[in-house]
Amino acid sequence: MALEKQRFDTLILGAGGAGLNAALQLANANLKVAVVSKVFPTRSHTVAAQGGVNAALANVLPDNWHWHMFDTVKGSDYLGDQDAIEYMCREAIPTVYELEHNGVPFSRLPNGKIYQRAFGGQSQNFGGEQAARTCAAADRTGHAILHTLYQQNIRAKTHFYDEYFAADLIRDDEGYILGALVLNIATGEPLLIESKTTLLATGGCGQVFRTTSNAHINTGDGMAMVLRAGLPLMDMEFFQFHPTGIAGKGMLITEGVRGEGGYLINKNGERFMEKYAPNAKDLASRDVVARSIITEVREGSGVGPEADHVLLKVNHLGEDVIAKRLPGIRESSKIFAGVDPVKEPIPVFPTAHYVMGGIPTDRFGRVMPTADDDGDHLPGLYAAGECACASVHGANRLGGNSLLDILVFGRLAGHNIIDYVKENNAHRTLDEASVEKAMSRLQKWDTKGDGITVSQLRNEFRKTMEDHAGVFRVEEMMVEGVEKVKNIREKLSEVRLTDHSSTFNTNRTEALELENLIDVGLSIAVSALHRKESRGAHSRPDYPNRDDKEWMKHTLYWMENDRLDYKGVRAQPLTVESFPPKERVY
Amino acid sequence: MKFSVYRYNPETDSEPYMQAFEVEQRQGMMLRDALLAIQAQDESFTFRHSCGEGVCGSDGVNVNGSNKLACITALADLKEPVEVRPFPGRPVIRDLVVDMSQFYAQFKQVDPWLIRKDPMPEQEIPQSPEERDRLDGLYECIMCGCCSTSCPSFWWNPDKFLGPQALLTACRFLADSRDQAKEERLDKLEGPYKLFRCHTIMNCVESCPKELNPTKAIGHIKAIMLKDAI
Repeated sequence: MALEKQRFDTLILGAGGAGLNAALQLANANLKVAVVSKVFPTRSHTVAAQGGVNAALANVLPDNWHWHMFDTVKGSDYLGDQDAIEYMCREAIPTVYELEHNGVPFSRLPNGKIYQRAFGGQSQNFGGEQAARTCAAADRTGHAILHTLYQQNIRAKTHFYDEYFAADLIRDDEGYILGALVLNIATGEPLLIESKTTLLATGGCGQVFRTTSNAHINTGDGMAMVLRAGLPLMDMEFFQFHPTGIAGKGMLITEGVRGEGGYLINKNGERFMEKYAPNAKDLASRDVVARSIITEVREGSGVGPEADHVLLKVNHLGEDVIAKRLPGIRESSKIFAGVDPVKEPIPVFPTAHYVMGGIPTDRFGRVMPTADDDGDHLPGLYAAGECACASVHGANRLGGNSLLDILVFGRLAGHNIIDYVKENNAHRTLDEASVEKAMSRLQKWDTKGDGITVSQLRNEFRKTMEDHAGVFRVEEMMVEGVEKVKNIREKLSEVRLTDHSSTFNTNRTEALELENLIDVGLSIAVSALHRKESRGAHSRPDYPNRDDKEWMKHTLYWMENDRLDYKGVRAQPLTVESFPPKERVY
Repeated sequence: MKFSVYRYNPETDSEPYMQAFEVEQRQGMMLRDALLAIQAQDESFTFRHSCGEGVCGSDGVNVNGSNKLACITALADLKEPVEVRPFPGRPVIRDLVVDMSQFYAQFKQVDPWLIRKDPMPEQEIPQSPEERDRLDGLYECIMCGCCSTSCPSFWWNPDKFLGPQALLTACRFLADSRDQAKEERLDKLEGPYKLFRCHTIMNCVESCPKELNPTKAIGHIKAIMLKDAI
C-alpha cells in the first residue's frame, strides 16, 4: 500500500506550551500548520506545571528584566548563554501579557494586576532582597496556560493530528529536514508529513529515571529523533532533580509552597536549609536544596521508618492561604502522601524533574548543528521548549523559568518561521531513502518470536540511570553506568513485542519510546562522565569545584561512536554588560 | 486483589468479554498502578494514561459502575472484584480506549476561548480578585470526560446535547469579566437540546475527579438566560 502523504508549511511535533504557542502565532498568520501530538493536546505535560511563569512585571515588588537576567545567569552557574538569557528575560514581559490577553486565568492582586509570588533564586538589585517574579494561576499555572493555548488554537483553526506518534525526521543528503514520518496510534498506519519548516517541541525525557515528576509520555522523542538524524544534543549532563517530590512516589510539590512561606525540616524539626544557604534558606536554587536534602538523609537526619526523606512544613500558613494559593498541592498531598498539609507536614525527597540540555538552538529557536560557535544554523529546522537548549538554563534552571522558556521560545520560533517561509516558499524534493530508513525502523518491531519484554528492559534501564547518573556522580560509578547503558542498548535487538495488532497498540508505542529513552539516557551518561567539575546540577564529589578555566563550555554529544565535542559559552549579552562568573552562594 | 477487566480488540475479537486478573496490592496503590501491573502480565492490554497525578485527564475509566480517573483512585477504596470497563456510551477502539471525538466536538461548539472586542491594553486586562474568584470551580476542568460520559442525557443525544463538560466550559467564559461575547454565547445555547436537555440527574457532579459542579454551572447559565429574558 502506498504511504499516505500530507503537506504543510510548518510541521510542529508536540502540543505542549512551546508547540501550541508557536502554532498559534503561525495559524494567526494564516500559515498551514500541522501539530502532531502523541496525546490529545491538553494531556501534554505542560499541564502539570504548578508554580508559575517568571516575568519582571513588578506587580508586587520592584523588579526589572535586568535583575531577572542576573538571577538566571547566576542560577545557570554561568553556563547559560547571556545573549539568549537577556532575550528571554526581556521577552518574558510581552509574552505573559499576551497569554493574559488570550484568556489565561491568572490569580489577581487587589489592584487588578496579575498575582506574582516569590520563587527560588529570585532577587532584587542583582543579588539583594528576595523578588516576587512568578506569575501564577493558583498552583495550576501550566494547566491554565495549556488549556488557554489549546482553546486559542481551536479558534485559529490549527490542524491537529491527535494521537499520532512521530517516529523519525526525514532528511535529505544536503542535511535539510523535509518533514517527519508519523504513526496513527489508533490505526497503526504510517503517514508522511512533508513540511517547509519543522519545529521540534516534544518536551523532556524525565522517564529516563525511575523516580520522576515527569509523565509517562516524557520519553525524549524529539531529542532521540535529532540524534538519529545525525545531529547533536547539548549539555545533557545537566539534569535537574526537584527538591520536593512526594517521598517514594516522585509527584511534584511546587517550589511555590516554599515561595508562600513553607520550609523544610529534618527529623529533629530543624530548619536545616539555614545551614546550607544562610540568606536564601529554603528559596536557594534547586540544585542546592536537592543536595542539602540528600546530605541530611545521608547523615542520618532523615524522617520516617527508613529515615529516607525530610518534611515540608506548611501548616503555619493557615488553611486560608493553602486553600487559596495551593489547592492542588493540598489535593495531591492527601491522595498520594495521605497527609493534609493544613495539619501535617508533607514527606518529600528529590525527584528527577527537568533536563537543562537538549537540541542546541540559537535564540530564535534555529537548530545549530555544529560545535562552531559562529557556525550556521540548519535552515528550516527549529526546536523550542524542554527538548531544546537555547541555552538559557545552563547548569541549573530556576523555578518559573521553564514555562517561560517554552512560551517565549515557542512564540519567537513561530515568528521566525513566518519570516523563513516567506523567503523559502517551496517544498524540497522528498528523499525516498530517508523515508525507507524510517519505515524500516518501524517494521523492525514486526519481528515475532520470544525475547525480552519492553517493560523488563525499561525497568532495568531506568534503575541503571538512577543508580549511575543521579544527583551525586563519581568516576567509577559513572564508568560502570555508561557500560551498563551501552549493554542495554545492545539488548534492544532482543526485545520482542507480544502484541502485533494495528489498533491502538501501546506495546509498540512503548517500544519506540524505549529506543528513544535509551539513546537519550546514553547522551546523559556519556556527557556526565566526561565533565570533570561540579557545576549547577552536575555534582561530582571527586571534582567538587567549578572549574571556569577548563569547563566554562557546552558539551555536544553525537550518537555515532558516542562522540563528544565542546563549544564556548556565549558570555556577551545583547545590550548590557556581561555578568562575569562569581562564586555562587545563596 | 481480584480484577475483572473489559477486553476487546476489533482485529481478533468478535465481541467484548471480561477477563479476570489478580494483582498484588501494595500500600498506597492507585488503580492506575494496578492497570500497569495487569499490562505487565499481558502487554496487549490497552488503556490511556500519562501524568499519574490527576491533571492530564487521560485515564478516565468506569470502575465498579462509576467513572473515575485511575491514577487518583485508591485501590483501598474499591470493592472486589474490581470491575474496570471503558467509559459508557462511547465507541470502544480497544479495551479501555474509547473514541472521544464527539465529546471534543461538543467542547468546540461553545467557542471555548476568550472573546475580547476592545483593543488589548499594553499590560494585563484588569480583573479584581473577586471577579477572578468567579472562575474558581470552572477553569480547573481537565477534559477527562468522566462527567459527560456518565450523563444519560449525553448517552441519548451526544450529538445534540452539549453535555456537562462543554456547558461547564461555556459557563467559564460567561463568568469571565474579561469576555465580551455574552449575548452570542447565550444565543448559541438556545433551543431544546444544547443546554436544556440537562435533567439535573447530577451524575456529572458525582463523577468529576476535580470535584467541580457542572450541574451548578448549567443552572447558572439558565439563570443568566432568565434574567436577560426579563
